Amino acid sequence: MRPARANCSSRRIVWILLFTVAALVALPMAASPPRKSSKEELLVLPGEIGRSGGRLVVALRSEPKTLNPLTSVDIPSREVIGTMQADLVHINRATQLTEPALAKSWKISPDGLRYTLVLRRGLKFSDGYPLDADDVLFTFRVYLDEKVHASQRPFLIIDGKPISLRKVDAQTLVFQLAKPYAVEERLFDGLAILPRHLLEKPYEEGKIAQLGALTTPPNQWAGLGPFRLKEYVAGQRLVLERNPFYWKTDTKGNRLPYLDELVFLFVPNADAQVLRFQSGETDVISSTGAENFSVLSRDKKDYTMVDAGPGLEYNFLFFNLNDLGEKTSADLLQKQKWFREVKFRQAVSVAIDREAIVRLVYQGRGAPLWGLVTPGDRRWQDEKLPHPPRSLERARALFKEAGFSWTTASNGESTLLDSTGKPVEFSIITQSSSAERSKMAALMQDDLKQLGIRVQLVQLESRSLADRVTQTKEYDACVLGVFSSDADPNADVDVWLSSGRLHLWNPSQTHPATPWEAEIDRLFNAQMYARTFEERKKLYDRMQEILWDNQPMIFLASPDILTGARKSVGNFRPAVLQPYVLWNVEQLYLENDAVNASR
Amino acid sequence: MIFAGFFAPYDPAEQDRKNPYLPPMRLHLVDHQGHFHARPFAYGVKLREGSFDQYEEDRTETFPLKFLVRGASYRFLGLVPSRLHLFGTETDRIYLLGSDSYGRDQLSRFLYGGRVSVFAGLLGASVTLLLGLCVGLAAGYYGGWRDDLLMRLAELFLALPWLYLLFALRAFLPLAVGPLEAFFLIIVVLGIVGWARPARLVRGVVLSAKERDFVRAARGFGAADGYLLRRHILPETSSVLLTQATMLVPQFILAEMTLSFLGLGVPEPVPSWGNLLSSLQQYSVLVSYWWMYLPALIMLPFFLGYLGLGSELQERAEPYKIGR
Repeated sequence: MRPARANCSSRRIVWILLFTVAALVALPMAASPPRKSSKEELLVLPGEIGRSGGRLVVALRSEPKTLNPLTSVDIPSREVIGTMQADLVHINRATQLTEPALAKSWKISPDGLRYTLVLRRGLKFSDGYPLDADDVLFTFRVYLDEKVHASQRPFLIIDGKPISLRKVDAQTLVFQLAKPYAVEERLFDGLAILPRHLLEKPYEEGKIAQLGALTTPPNQWAGLGPFRLKEYVAGQRLVLERNPFYWKTDTKGNRLPYLDELVFLFVPNADAQVLRFQSGETDVISSTGAENFSVLSRDKKDYTMVDAGPGLEYNFLFFNLNDLGEKTSADLLQKQKWFREVKFRQAVSVAIDREAIVRLVYQGRGAPLWGLVTPGDRRWQDEKLPHPPRSLERARALFKEAGFSWTTASNGESTLLDSTGKPVEFSIITQSSSAERSKMAALMQDDLKQLGIRVQLVQLESRSLADRVTQTKEYDACVLGVFSSDADPNADVDVWLSSGRLHLWNPSQTHPATPWEAEIDRLFNAQMYARTFEERKKLYDRMQEILWDNQPMIFLASPDILTGARKSVGNFRPAVLQPYVLWNVEQLYLENDAVNASR
Repeated sequence: MIFAGFFAPYDPAEQDRKNPYLPPMRLHLVDHQGHFHARPFAYGVKLREGSFDQYEEDRTETFPLKFLVRGASYRFLGLVPSRLHLFGTETDRIYLLGSDSYGRDQLSRFLYGGRVSVFAGLLGASVTLLLGLCVGLAAGYYGGWRDDLLMRLAELFLALPWLYLLFALRAFLPLAVGPLEAFFLIIVVLGIVGWARPARLVRGVVLSAKERDFVRAARGFGAADGYLLRRHILPETSSVLLTQATMLVPQFILAEMTLSFLGLGVPEPVPSWGNLLSSLQQYSVLVSYWWMYLPALIMLPFFLGYLGLGSELQERAEPYKIGR
């Protein structure tokens, strides 16, 4: 082991030496005032004018597993990659709309099948190599290659056929779709354009998926994002430095990003992140829990805490509606008779005190939910969806209609009985790692006790919970949450289609089990390929109403996105889409250098 | 603890959703106008406008403390149904140790939780020690291949990755475990996990004891194995067992917390000392709500007393060894 490591470090020194030479060569270019040469078509960003220099320190929950956009699935990796790579069309996290990025414009053919994208002229990767249409062709070839197993591939298959593309000239590309797809341009968001000059050879050797380890020498890795790799210290930090060739400027023509360095510290637990932030070791904090947020807001000294409002996470309760056949216990089959009764689910839904969940679980920093679209998603709310307050009378009436009755014991406790006289009781499983969801379940337990339903809570470690829900299907009910990656409905295709793996109450069906699930499938597919927003909205609203009528998921609440930053961080504008704080990292700046010097 | 139902003013699972994280109420004898009241009373509280957990006293309302009031039903000694509580108020709820994040009375939770935890701890420790004692005696006394077998088994148990075995156990068990079953489950799990260490210690003691002169003499006079073990060797192990017992009980109360994490512990809303302590693991609770420490502080003298009891028993058992 030892000689190998020594060898490796000496090699790293060589790389660093080489790299400094490269940087020295690059330096005069970067240092000279950025000219708006006719050759370079830069993107001008509106916003506060910042000052250059300084470094921003950010904590990550864990070490990113990879820098390779093809293989990254974990949130830390994506957060880091987001600052090092760029896409053709980008979703503005604040407006939730698409904006030109590497592509300066796009055109859609009248039949909706052809997208023509025009790239910006004169752009360069972070190592100085120019970008052209061949890089884009190469990128999509890799994403669509089955052997690479890119996590983005499923999104590029439309109606069973992969997107095809061809080059018109060095700047222009045409994407051909098999079927008109509603938000084609949103697909481009997050699809990092890869440097062909670095990756083509490994790709042909079949080794591209192994690339992108954090130990990659900085000069062998490049992207089009605002930052590029500088240094990695295992177990401690990852340091990125400004990309001198970045293609955005502010309104005064200063080349972005403002920061010289972006440092990711690995801080494994949430409480430790709060302590680091309090002690000034990190400059921003994102997605804190409500409790820690109020601790920080209470003793705020030199930082601003911002509640960005409800995000896209929705939490819900669902019952086991799987078709289990004869193998399962008679007990569970008996319970499923209740769960399948739509009035039972409606009664449970109306008996839940959602306001109490928001207040006690999120300390009021969240929103109660009656449908899947959270208030954070601005365009897709269905205004017609009812928001009935908690009502035990209504719940009792629904139970009665469904043939349930009550019996009262000698000590005055009543018990709900089904039509065969069996007492109604079930268990709710939650993840022991999520205190919030366990707490929601404890509140529901108390809510339902008032109706004579005995609910037991079972905390399971996350993996065994996932196993029960998707594999063995031995559970009664479960509280889970879904983080949508985008404000557009299509992001959650796996949850709503009955064939989806995350169609949690009855996943991976070959045929829709119920008429209403078939209808949801139809509506969801129709909205996916509908052409106008109004048309899609109508279909999606209808889908939300069907979900409300049938309550396969009883929606509970959505937490706010809670963030904070030191007062010296300028342009701090957290959004409710990931990455909450770093979405405008190229515009973040530090107000005075003294703060940094003292560090 | 046995009379928790009587001493605790409320049902430990009852949620008072208006009052999460309410600090302990102060009992007054003199009101804000300077009048003296013979009966202690508390002022009402109200939430400060727009906040989640900041309360202020509402001096317009007073709740005199009453003794022997009727409240939530429970079973006295687990048998006789009763509604009588040592104290309470007639109108609103009173929180002498504050409330937790659901607005549940911490005092009631502490008392009821003690019932679960202390008994689980004691019984778990007894199971562990009994197992450890039997194995240790057998291994130490008989020696030879039995010793080898038992000690290798003990080492195997010490070396097993318990976390994963508990995951497996969790998968085998039915999903929902009732509070009573959970209670016995904890005892059994703790007993099985813990026996190896005391067994090794006991074996060591037995090994040295059986070579002692008085034991050899007794054997020479023709004493049977059973008599020797009972009369001469067992007393030698008592000090080891007592120290183990004093150490195991607090350990087990904390272990129960870990088991809860794996879904093997006491389920919500049943309180236990383990889950009272687990809320203290959160930084925000530590810095914001000082009264959440109170159960831990009250546990401290309990454990100290328990340790004291242990050493007292030890002194009684072998006065000559301590050498006063």
